[in-house]
Order: sequence, then C-alpha cells, then structure tokens
Amino acid sequence: MNWNVVSAIFKKEMKSFFGSPMAYIVLSVFLIITGWFFTLNLFKENLAHLRSIFDILPFLLVIYAPAISMRLIAEERKSGTMELLVTMPVRDFDLIFGKFLAAFVLYAVGLAFTLIYALTVIILGNAELGPMFAGYVGLLLCGGVYIAFGVLGSALTENQIVAFILSFLLSGIFAILIFSAMIIPAPFADIVQYLSTTYHFQNIARGVIDSRDVIYFLSLMFLSLLLSSRAIAQRKFL
Amino acid sequence: MIQIKNLSKHYGKFPAVDDISFDVADGEILGFLGPNGAGKTTTMKVITGYYPPTAGKITVEGIDVEEDSLATRQLIGYLPESNPLYHDLTVYEYLDLIAELRQIPKEKRKERIGQMTEITSITDRLGQVIGQLSKGYRQRVGIAQAMLHDPKILILDEPTIGLDPNQIVEIRSMIKDIGQHKTVILSTHILPEVQATCDRVVVIHEGKLKADSTMEELQRRFSGQPVIDLEIHGEGAEDSEPFSRIHGIESVERLNDPEPNVVLLKLVVTADTDPRADIFRLCVEKNLTLLGMTREIRSLENIFQQLTKLDAAETELEEAAA
Repeated sequence: MNWNVVSAIFKKEMKSFFGSPMAYIVLSVFLIITGWFFTLNLFKENLAHLRSIFDILPFLLVIYAPAISMRLIAEERKSGTMELLVTMPVRDFDLIFGKFLAAFVLYAVGLAFTLIYALTVIILGNAELGPMFAGYVGLLLCGGVYIAFGVLGSALTENQIVAFILSFLLSGIFAILIFSAMIIPAPFADIVQYLSTTYHFQNIARGVIDSRDVIYFLSLMFLSLLLSSRAIAQRKFL
Repeated sequence: MIQIKNLSKHYGKFPAVDDISFDVADGEILGFLGPNGAGKTTTMKVITGYYPPTAGKITVEGIDVEEDSLATRQLIGYLPESNPLYHDLTVYEYLDLIAELRQIPKEKRKERIGQMTEITSITDRLGQVIGQLSKGYRQRVGIAQAMLHDPKILILDEPTIGLDPNQIVEIRSMIKDIGQHKTVILSTHILPEVQATCDRVVVIHEGKLKADSTMEELQRRFSGQPVIDLEIHGEGAEDSEPFSRIHGIESVERLNDPEPNVVLLKLVVTADTDPRADIFRLCVEKNLTLLGMTREIRSLENIFQQLTKLDAAETELEEAAA
C-alpha cells in the first residue's frame, strides 16, 4: 500500500467534508439522535448508563454510515473525475482505502463527541469503565464495516441515492441476521446469527474484546473494500 | 514511442474501435482525426489504461499497457475530453493533489506547480476556486494537470473544445511549444487544428483506420487535380483553344458568363504543375484583360469528407490506409 496516495485522497476527502455544510449537518444529526436517546434515559428513567446508546446505535449506523459514504465514489463517477483518478499511477485499493479512511474518521469524530455522555455517566453514576470502553471499540468496528459497505455501494453506481439504498440494504441485512432465530430452526439460526454484525457487536459490548469478533469485523471491512476496488477496476456501473 | 497493434475495443457488441494499428514516434505531434463517435476517445482511454482493450496490444515506451499499467500511466499525461476537475478546490490545491497522486517528491511539488502554471499562464489564478474559473482557464488547469509530472507522452482529448477563437489560438500555440519536447497525441474533429499543430495525422472513422500519413502526403494523395478558374475580358476571349495548349493544362471548359462580355473558363491542371504564369503571359500576348484567376487545391476539409464518406470513395480509402 502506498501511504502517500492514501493520505492524498484522505486529505482531499476531509477537505470536501469540512469545506461544505455536509460534515456539520451529518455530525449534528448524529449528535441530536444519540443525545435524545441518552437524555431520555437520564432524565425520564433516571438511569445513568450508556446501554440505550449501545443498543440503538448499531441499528442507527445502518442509515448513518451509508449517508456519509454514499458520495465518496459515486460523485467522482458522475463528475468524471474518476477517469482522472484511475489513470493516475495509483492502485485502485489505495484510492478506496483513502476514501474509506476519510468517512471512518468523520464517523469517529461524531463518536468522540458522545464521550461527553460517557463522562456524564461516569460522574453521575458508578459506571463500569471496561464494558464502556469495549462498547466504543465495538461501535468503531461495527461502524467501520457499515462504512466499508457504504464505500462498496458507492463504487457500484454513479447515483448517490442508489448507492445509499444499496449499502443501506447490505448493512441492514447483516444487522438483522441476529433475529434469524425467530424464523429459522435452531441449528441453522446459530450459524446465521454468527454472520450478523449485531451479534458480534453485542459480544464485544458485553465487555470482552474477543479476537474472533475483531477478526470478523476486520475481515468484512477488508472484503468489502476489496470488492469496491474490483468494482472501480471494472469501470462499469449499475 | 507508442505502438498500437490491432487494437479493438467493443462496448458490448458494438465495436467502438475495430482493429486499428499505428505508431507514434518520439517527439511527434500526432493529430487524431475523425468525426464525432469515430472512436478517438475510446482509443485514448485504452492507451491511458482507463479501459482494457478487447483485443490487440498497446505498448508505451516498450511497456505493455495491460501488463504494467502503473508504469505506463506514470509515463503519460492525460487530459480527458470532459476535463474533469474538482470544482470545490482552488487551482493550487488541485494541482497539489495531482502532484501527490503522481508521487512527485514533496520538495519538488511547489517548483513543478510553479513551472506548469507559468507555461499555461494561470499563475495569477492559483488561489481561485476552480468552480469560479472560466472555461478557458479550466482548460489550462487541465493541461497543467496533464503536464505536471513532466511526462514523456501527452494525450489531449479535444483540448480546444468550447473555447473562444483567441483561446483556441493560444492553446494551440502552447501545444506546439510543448510538442517540441514531448510526444503528443491530440484528438480533434476540427481540421484547421490539425493543420495548425500536427506533424502527422491519423484519420479514423467508425472505429476503422482510414489514413495514417504526414499532412503533406495526405494532401498530395487526395488533392486530385487542381483547378484554375479564369475570368477574362476582351476581343477573342471566347476562343479558349490557345489556353488548352499551355503546358500542364489538361482540359478547358467554358462556364456560363458571369456578366456580359466576361468569359469564365475552368482549367483542369495536371497535378504538381502551376501554369498560372503562362496563362498570364498568354493573356498579355492576346491583349486580353485578366479579371481574375484562382487556383483551388483541395483543402483538408474535402479530404476529411472524402475519407469519412461512407462508401463513395471506399476503394480509394483502403488504398490510402494500406
């Protein structure tokens, strides 16, 4: 991997995130929604914990991640700049990874703001720091996968709406596989559940960062980014 | 040196480029000519590594475009037809991004950007957002982008499209300057552009190679027979016989008189001769008043039309291509 290329793309994407209202709108929406769930707990139920955020966020991310990643490649295709990028002496995967990294950092910045809630909980209640830390690691990993799906959706089309829907569906399916026990017989349900992002997130959020869960998330991310770079190498789109 | 051997590129079943072969020598400005939809852009996209070829082989400086695309892309500077730019970046930010992607060493980037913006005269626009630039300036930014890493080969797809006449002249002379040190492939459907800038011309039509030669050769091959239109006035002007005896004149035809007492003659001349001086002397000898004499050599427009006409001159064309 050529880090000069990755960082050039990363910087360019950050510039266009924060150079337009885009990043601010997305971050505000993210904080309003997470804030609402948090304060609901805190004031209405008088409970100082982050459980509701950890319960809700993995599903919220199914919409949020595609929203921040949908334009990454689709827009380049639409405006023709894709032709410029892929005729540069750079590897497709480096381009994809730089773009992924930019969206991931934007997501991580949003997540960092929610540390205020974590701090509130620590001050008001007697929170266990272990599970809280693990929960954040889980959110980063799970969000990373959805953003990688978002990049894939964006790499497949020049239409941002189509990109959004594709990656929303892909993320959504992986997220709700955990409920497969309701419709699939037990032995199979276990296997299907194991494929679910939510399942692995919950494992981590319990407070144990198991390498199996981490590897699951990282390999999904890698696979999705690899497919994305194959998609732009094909030059065809939906 | 670019070698294109039996290149074909199909979009689905449609053959956009069909079995064309030509070479581009070092330091040459090659005009790539053809009507809209002839396959010029597709050919360029295959050379630059944007599309893989359906069949055939392209080597750039001896390196196969398919085998080591990263190496050939490093050798080529490319200005796509649509001149894609990031409209929210400033000119400097944009060129800096390109320099980074081109892996120009950090300490040289500023210098290179400075040089290129000077050549393209956009130094005073460095801080301006690209979206606010006029079309002509955007085109210059595009050309600066293509040349930023000092490539051996420059591929420009319709570089003057959409510019005003002054800008076109400027960009053309710029390309000519650049072409003294680089190999340039320039696509266009504007004929004077080829005449003004190129050493050699390749004509393609409907994906097929129609001609590959120098400008002079092409003109010679297709100029056919020059024709002289002669307007004379005076006693005995009706007698066209003496004109047909002049060396180099094959036939004389009297056209309708344009005005009373004026005779209009059409003289068909053997190629490579110029009997105008003799015609003048004959008129003086016979005491005729010479009102007008024009020699018409078939222009590139005619040649182009002839080359790209569907079937009329088909056999002639195949001769030319061979």
